[in-house]
Formats: sequence, C-alpha cells, structure tokens
Amino acid sequence: MAEPASSQQKCSCGPAESETAKPADNPATSSCCPPRTDSTREDSISSCCSPPTSAVEGSGTPGCCETTTESSCCTEDDTAIRHSWERPGHRLWHFVCGFLPTPVGEVPQVSTRLTTLDHIGRWQMRWGIGRDRYRVAPGLYAVGNPDADSDVLVSANYKLSFDALRRELQGHDLWLLVLETHGINVWCAAGKGTFGTEEIIRRVRETGLDRVVSHRRLIVPQLGAPGVAGHEVRRDCGFKVIYGPVRASDLPAFLDAGYQAGEEMRRVRFSTGDRLILTPVELTGLGRPTLYALLAVLILGGIGPSIFSFNALVHRGGGALLVFIAGLLAGAVITPILLPWLPWRPFAAKGALVGSIIALLTLLIFGRDLGTADGFALLLALPAIASWYAMNFTGSSTFTSPSGVEKEMRRSIPLQAAALLIAAGSWLWAAF
Amino acid sequence: MREYAYLNEYVSLQLDSGKCTGCGLCQQVCPHAVLRVEDGKARIDARERCMECGACAKNCAFDALKVEAGVGCASAIIYGWLTGKEASCDCSGGC
Ligand code: SF4
Ligand code: SF4
Repeated sequence: MAEPASSQQKCSCGPAESETAKPADNPATSSCCPPRTDSTREDSISSCCSPPTSAVEGSGTPGCCETTTESSCCTEDDTAIRHSWERPGHRLWHFVCGFLPTPVGEVPQVSTRLTTLDHIGRWQMRWGIGRDRYRVAPGLYAVGNPDADSDVLVSANYKLSFDALRRELQGHDLWLLVLETHGINVWCAAGKGTFGTEEIIRRVRETGLDRVVSHRRLIVPQLGAPGVAGHEVRRDCGFKVIYGPVRASDLPAFLDAGYQAGEEMRRVRFSTGDRLILTPVELTGLGRPTLYALLAVLILGGIGPSIFSFNALVHRGGGALLVFIAGLLAGAVITPILLPWLPWRPFAAKGALVGSIIALLTLLIFGRDLGTADGFALLLALPAIASWYAMNFTGSSTFTSPSGVEKEMRRSIPLQAAALLIAAGSWLWAAF
Repeated sequence: MREYAYLNEYVSLQLDSGKCTGCGLCQQVCPHAVLRVEDGKARIDARERCMECGACAKNCAFDALKVEAGVGCASAIIYGWLTGKEASCDCSGGC
C-alpha cells in the first residue's frame, strides 16, 4: 500500500502541507481541530478548519481530491483560496485538500491518498508511541464531491480507522460522519459504548446532516454494531442504519452491490498477519508490572550463601532473567503466531505447551550446566510465565468471550502461581 | 481460514424464539456467523464461536436475544477483580 511518492500528492493544499510536515508533531496537539465541546453552533460542525466562507465562492472545488487531474483548488495561482483556509491559531491537517460549500457551511474534503505522514503515524501507533492521542476532530467530512444523494459513512475518530477508510474510497463521492470515540477504534469503542447510538444521534444533529443529504441512510461499520441499536437511531433521528462490511477494503464492493455484504464480508478474520501486527502492541503494552518482575528476578538472583553477591546477581539473576524473557516471548509472541495450530482452546494451555517445549529444548542444550534444582525450576517457571502471557493475549484476539476468559483465568492462575512459587523455591534453594 | 472456537460451554447467549420475527439483523451484525435465520426464525448455529460482543442483542428490536456482553480480555478482567468495577479495557491500540 505504501506509495512513497504520495507525499507529493496533487492535493497538498499549500500552507497546510508545509506546516504539518514535521513527523514528530503530535497531530492532536497541533489542533487544527481541537477537541470540540458540545457546542451546538451549526457552523462548527465540520470542524474548526472551516475557512472564512466568502472567498471560496464559485469553487465547488471540482475534482479537488482527484488524483488524475490537476485540480483547480490547489494550483499555484489559487493563492487567494489557499490563504482563505488559514485561520489564526488553527492548523490544517495534511489530508484536508479543500472545502465543500454545503447548506450547513464549509465541509472539509479529505484526500483518499495516504502520505508519508500517515504511514509514520501508523508505525508510531503500532509501537506504542503516543498511542492515546491519535485522533481527528469529529464531524462531517467529504470524500470527492458528494451531493445530497451521496451515502454517509460513519467512522470513529481514531486516525488509523479514519485513514483505513478514506484510503479505500478513491473515486467515490461520499460523506464521512466521524464520531467522537476519543481516538479509539470502532470495535473497541463500540464495546465501550462510545461508538454508539447516542453519539450517532448527537453527531447527526450537531452537523445538521438532515440538511446536507436528502436521503436518510447511514452506513455504519458492522464492528460498530455492539454499541449501536439501529432501531433506536432511526426512532430518534430518522436515519436508518445500514451495516457495512467488517473491513473497509470491502466497502467499494458493498456500495456497488447496493448495500449487500456477502457472508465473508461479515466475518471477522484473525489471520497470521493480524496476529503478527498485534505482537508489538502486545509487547509494548506489557508495561511496568513486567519491568518490575524482571528487576525482582535479577535481584533475587544475587541472594546466596554470601547473603548477596554481585557475581551471583549477574550469573544466576541473569540466567533467570533469560528464562523470564524466554517465557515472555513464548507466551506473547510465539503462542499468538501459532494460535490456530496449537491444541486446546484455553490460551493459558496453549502458552504452557509452547513454554514447556522451549523449556525442554533449553534443558537438552544447557541441561548439563544447570544443577538439578535449577533445571527443575526452569522446567516449571518457563511454562508458567508463557501461560500467563498467552492468557493476556485474549485481550487482543477477536473471538474470546468474557465468560470464557474468566473461567480460563480462574482455573489457570492458581496453577501458574503454584508452579512459579515452587520454581522460585527450588531456584533459591539451589543457590545454597 | 481456520475456524476459531473458544470455551463454548460458558457463553451466555440466549435466544427466545417466541419473540423472534426473523428480521435477520442479528445474522447481519454477528462477526462470527453464530446466528442463522432459517424459515423465519433465528437459530444459534455455532455457539462455540460467540464472543459475547453483544451486537446481536443490541440490534434485535424485538428483544429476542440476550447476552452478557463484555470484553474477553484477561487484563480487563483482572482489573475488574482488583477494583471491583466492571471489567473494561482501555485498549487504545489494537484490541
Ligand atoms: S434480530 Fe431478533 S427478531 Fe431479528 S432475526 Fe435476530 S433474533 Fe429474530
Ligand atoms: S454476542 Fe456477538 S458473537 Fe455472540 S452471537 Fe451475538 S453478535 Fe455474534
């Protein structure tokens, strides 16, 4: 998908591009689009970015976002228009490539091409850099040149969801209604209810959507369904909810087929690729508890006949640290990748199996250098740690049920704890 | 694609066929094809695939479906146990 040249996209609306061209910039704080309060001013709808209205007259900005033609709104000599987008204290997102006059004011047009900035942002998110703040302003956006008959797609204001959506819409004329989900993706936000019935109704009212479009249809991603009661949306604001496909990439086909999604479009997949993408999130999400545990293991390693020795800390503590890390990788990386091929349904059991195999392999290779007690400790500790971290992967999976996870935890946590305690005892005993 | 199935015997999904009108919406919103509408009635086709996301119950205008919806996430449940609050994950990333 990456298109290196795309940072030079046609629609790089002048001033905005140069200003936002700093990857380190935090998009959220650069507040072209500050989080909006519940202002009901109708011209506040489509964000803060709307320009003084007068100067854009006549420029229905045809083809502004099209990549094929040199667009009128973004050419060099249109400086008057470009400057009219500027507002003191505001900054345009790089993906806004024009503004569309509508009965409720100017609506920002977004580009369907992702730029280098978008890719950098996504990469940062995967590795947990600034994860909590990657959001766009909620409100109404336009793709292409939609009119009163064009469809309205509902989306979350998590920048990655927003990017994934607009990227698929090249050549379409659509409205995007972005909900305030506090920078959280559709599925998660739907689970929490922030992507939900009330927010849809509020956003429809606030944007004055019923004056922008003449029809009464909203296309909501299927994964938003846990938070949205379609019949209530219809009752309260008159718009009928149509559930679109699970993946944004199926949207064009869905629209072309007259809002029909095949069974495959309605299923959540959990491919090896999906799981691989999640492992960095998983690892960076482990956070402090894991760091403390690692430190504790290291320090415990220093305990021995001479009460505490630095040498022992390095040798025994370091060794135990490696065991811990091996368990962590077994549980948080290897198990997720092998998930569908491992036997048994509980994640804890899958993790324990992977951990045991690695422990046995380690013993085969290094067994002679380890004492019996140390070897025994390794054999217990590694599977227990792997099992724990595998169990935590339930949070990233797409098919575990809360009642199942709870049952699994009630069963396996005592076993994991017992194995770890015995292992720790044996390991400490081996020091003397 | 391999089918995923989880600890099925615990899933709280319940269908009251008496109330079901066969509108088909539950089948449409379910991400794991758990429900199937046949002969004007919904039926639980693959209970073991249900992840208790709650989409079906939320969208059944006739109140025919019940499920204890929540997040199937270990750290959220631990959080719930420790604080006594409802389990909730602040999954800002990928979950
Ligand atoms: S949504 Fe409710 S009424 Fe409609 S088919 Fe499903 S269970 Fe039946
Ligand atoms: S709770 Fe979710 S996964 Fe279970 S049947 Fe309903 S829609 Fe499907």
